[in-house]
Formats: sequence, C-alpha cells, structure tokens
Amino acid sequence: MFSKVLIANRGEIAVRIIKSCQKLGIEAIAIYSDADAEAPHVKLAGRAFHVGPSRVSQSYLNMDRILAVAKEACAEAIHPGYGLLSENPEFARRCQVEGIIFIGPKPEVIAKMGGKVRAREIMKAAGVPIVAGFEKHINDVAQAKGFAIELGYPVMIKASAGGGGIGMQIVHKDDEMEKALKACQGRAKAYFDDDSVYMEKYLESPRHIEVQLLADNYGNTIHLFERECSIQRRHQKVVEEAPSAFVDEKLREKIGNVAVQGAKAIGYSNAGTVEFLMDKDKNFYFLEMNTRLQVEHPITEMITGYDLVEEQILVAAGKKLDEEKDKPKLQGHAIECRIYAEDPKTLLPSPGKVNSLTLPEGDFVRNDFGICSGYIVSPYYDPMLGKIITWGNDRQEAINRMVKALEDFQAEGIKVNIPILQKVISHPKFIAGETHTNLIEQILTEE
Amino acid sequence: MKVIYATMAGLVLSLLVSHGDQLNSGEDAVILESMKMEIPIQAIDSGIVKEIKVNIGDFVNEGDALIVLE
Repeated sequence: MFSKVLIANRGEIAVRIIKSCQKLGIEAIAIYSDADAEAPHVKLAGRAFHVGPSRVSQSYLNMDRILAVAKEACAEAIHPGYGLLSENPEFARRCQVEGIIFIGPKPEVIAKMGGKVRAREIMKAAGVPIVAGFEKHINDVAQAKGFAIELGYPVMIKASAGGGGIGMQIVHKDDEMEKALKACQGRAKAYFDDDSVYMEKYLESPRHIEVQLLADNYGNTIHLFERECSIQRRHQKVVEEAPSAFVDEKLREKIGNVAVQGAKAIGYSNAGTVEFLMDKDKNFYFLEMNTRLQVEHPITEMITGYDLVEEQILVAAGKKLDEEKDKPKLQGHAIECRIYAEDPKTLLPSPGKVNSLTLPEGDFVRNDFGICSGYIVSPYYDPMLGKIITWGNDRQEAINRMVKALEDFQAEGIKVNIPILQKVISHPKFIAGETHTNLIEQILTEE
Repeated sequence: MKVIYATMAGLVLSLLVSHGDQLNSGEDAVILESMKMEIPIQAIDSGIVKEIKVNIGDFVNEGDALIVLE
C-alpha cells in the first residue's frame, strides 16, 4: 500500500480525494497555483506544494514541475482526479518512467480511448453498438457533405481528440456544413492542439446514460450500474441521477455487461466510465469512454456503498477484484446537482469573493465542495464550485430531499445556478422521468 | 459620451479596437475570458474610440467601464 499520494488536481475533487486518502491512512500531498494558495484542498492536505502561476498551462498542467514535486515529497502514486492531466497518456507514461504509480489505466489504454475515431473502431470490433458514423477523419467540405448524405441530416461534427462536447457542431443541411466544419476544427485546434474531426449521425433528444466500471490490474472487471446525465447545457452535465428512471433491471444488466465487454477488450484497469446515448426505443450506442473518475461518481457511491476513490487507490496498489463477490447491490436512488458560479439570468460566469457560504445539512445529503466562506472564486478555472448529492429510498424521496437542500444552500458575493436547478428539479417532465439532453433549453425557454 | 461596460467578471483576453477607431453599434470591442468561456463585448452605440480603460490581462468586474466612445 502507498504511504503518500500526490493529488494532481484542485477544487472539490482534490478535497474529495484527500478525504479518501486520509481514511486509508495515506498522507495526501496537494499542489496549488498562485490563485489557489488559500484553497480548501491546500489546507486539508498533509503537505502542499506551489507549482506555478494561476493559469493551468503554467501550474496544474506543468508535468515537469508536478513530477519533480512528487519525487521531492516521496509520493509513490499520483491521483489525477478529472480534467487537467487525468486523460493525458503522456503524463501517465512519464509517471511510469519515474517509477510513480499513476492511479488510472495504462497510458496506451488512455491513448486508445482518447482518439475518438479509434475508440469507435475498437468498440465496434468488440461488439459494442456505436452511433452510425464514420471511423475516419474528415478531409474537406466536399467529403463532409458526402458523408452527411450517406448518414442523412442532421449530423454531428465532433473533435477526434476531444471530449466533453467541446467544438461539437450540429449540421442540418448542406449550406451549414462549411461553417460548422471550420468552427469545429478551430475549437479542436485551440483546445486539443489537433484539428482532426469526424462525423456521426445526430440523434434527436436522446438520453445520456453511462456505466461506471471498476477493473483491477488482472482483468477482473465489474460494473456499478448506470447513471443518467441527460440534464445538460452546452453539453455540460448539470443534474445527474442513479439509477436511470428509464432503465429496467433487464436493460441495466445488458448495458452493464456491454460496458464490461468493451473495457475487457482494451485491457482496462482502474475506474472508468462508458458513456452511451439511448433513444426512445431503448437502443443504446457507444459515445465515448472516460478513462478516469467522473465528476458525478458520488451518486454511484450513494446507491452502492462503494467509495470509488478508495477502490481506485486499492486496485492501483494491486488489490484483486472478485467478479462475483464484489458485485454491488443497488440500493435506493441518488441525485446530484452541480453548483456553477454563473448568473442564472445571463448564464455568464460569475467569479468573485464568496462572502458567506451555507451548505445544506441533513440525513442523506452530501456536499462535495472546494470552496468556503471568504474564498475567492478565480476566473482562471472551471465554474463548477461543487456538488450537492441527495439519496432516497426511491426517486421521489431523493428529489424531495434535493428540493430542500437547494433551498438551504446559500452563497453570498457570487451568483450561482440554484434557480435553474430548482426549476429543473421541480419540473413535471423531470419528476415524471421524461428527461433528454435538450430538456433544460426547453425549460428555460418556457418562460 | 458612451461607455462600453463589462457584462461579466473576467480577464481581458483581447482588445479589438484602438484609440481613434470608428466602432459601430453591435460590433465586438473587447473579448473577456472567464472560467473557460470567451465572451465578446459589443458596442451598444456607434462612436469613435476615445479611451480604452483596460489592458490585456486585467481583471474586471461586471459593470466596469471598458471603453469610452464619443
């Protein structure tokens, strides 16, 4: 087992990982930028090292500096959290070279799933259903138009190196193709330094359903059921729940097994998530695989009793899973609301000082936050401040507890998206479980 | 005197106009960056750029004056 683990992340997820380290008796080593000198994750950690200026490119993405700190602190392993370096195969490889365990899958597995065209190819070969589309990059507008005619409009152009919906463009007709192609390539180049894009059929108002996996270093893989993350805005998840109200036991077993089959085909290890789109007839299609811990992992923890971060650390240290005995039992229902620093009217970012913060309390309410009263939310980082998670014996009880929790949440000094979350949670369509990826836009335009 | 204000808090990513430029209503004047989003700030009125009150990299609050037109 490890005695020291470096957490190469910030915010709520760094806090979350430190807590599991402490539970296991591991010393947590934090890193921080200029802007984060006073952040809760720095105060909570056993030791903390400054790694650079506020911009992530000079601090949280600075591999040389982070690896040097890990060596100086004698960390045996690095937990990358989500975002930042978590899906960077080069970072995982460099950890390997330095003799530090990267808490995640092997670098070649990260690389295989990171290229979205290649991931489609691999999953198709493994018998996992994929969205109609092409396993090749688009060269020019003429070729794109040809592809679109073959698939039938509307189609989606996506960044091959991407994820999280960055750069994604929906194209309804030929005239829109050139602009959409350029826009997607431009964003892909800016964000991923790789302008290759590909095309898939656009599914109208699908559900976003994902399966949580856990695999050890010996090929044993289990699934921890599905999460539904259909409530999204600008392709960013806002409300998630587990299990999905749309998935019955039979479908749950089927989609779970398909995800396990895909993971085994690539030699997956550690925690990971296979994302699917599901249509109204319950057909599901592979979207992408996230080779890391997800933001929304707490809802899976709430319905299974597993501590996923603890499991990640243990399997990275060599723990063996038993595919039969370690199968989780599904208990109750959990909902997560992401709290964003944004103006609920203009939907624009709202950084600034948190003058006071009151988090909801109560049984079956969990708060995962990386801020506190007096903390300055910087414009340099993601607007997500944290998450509120509630559990209930059934879906309605979890919703009722979330309604109360959102009422009790108070942050002064910055604007947060609480009014939007309240609208979603109390909307008849959400309550009825009739969720899809365009529901927030519909709710917001109803006024 | 017409003033272009910041519609959100963030960092000044780029200035698209210089002193003396003619700016028309609806044209982008400044790009602000905040929390991984880039937001163009447009001129509400037309005019000549008289004063640029911010520099690239500055932090501005919502409602801060960015550019003065005349």
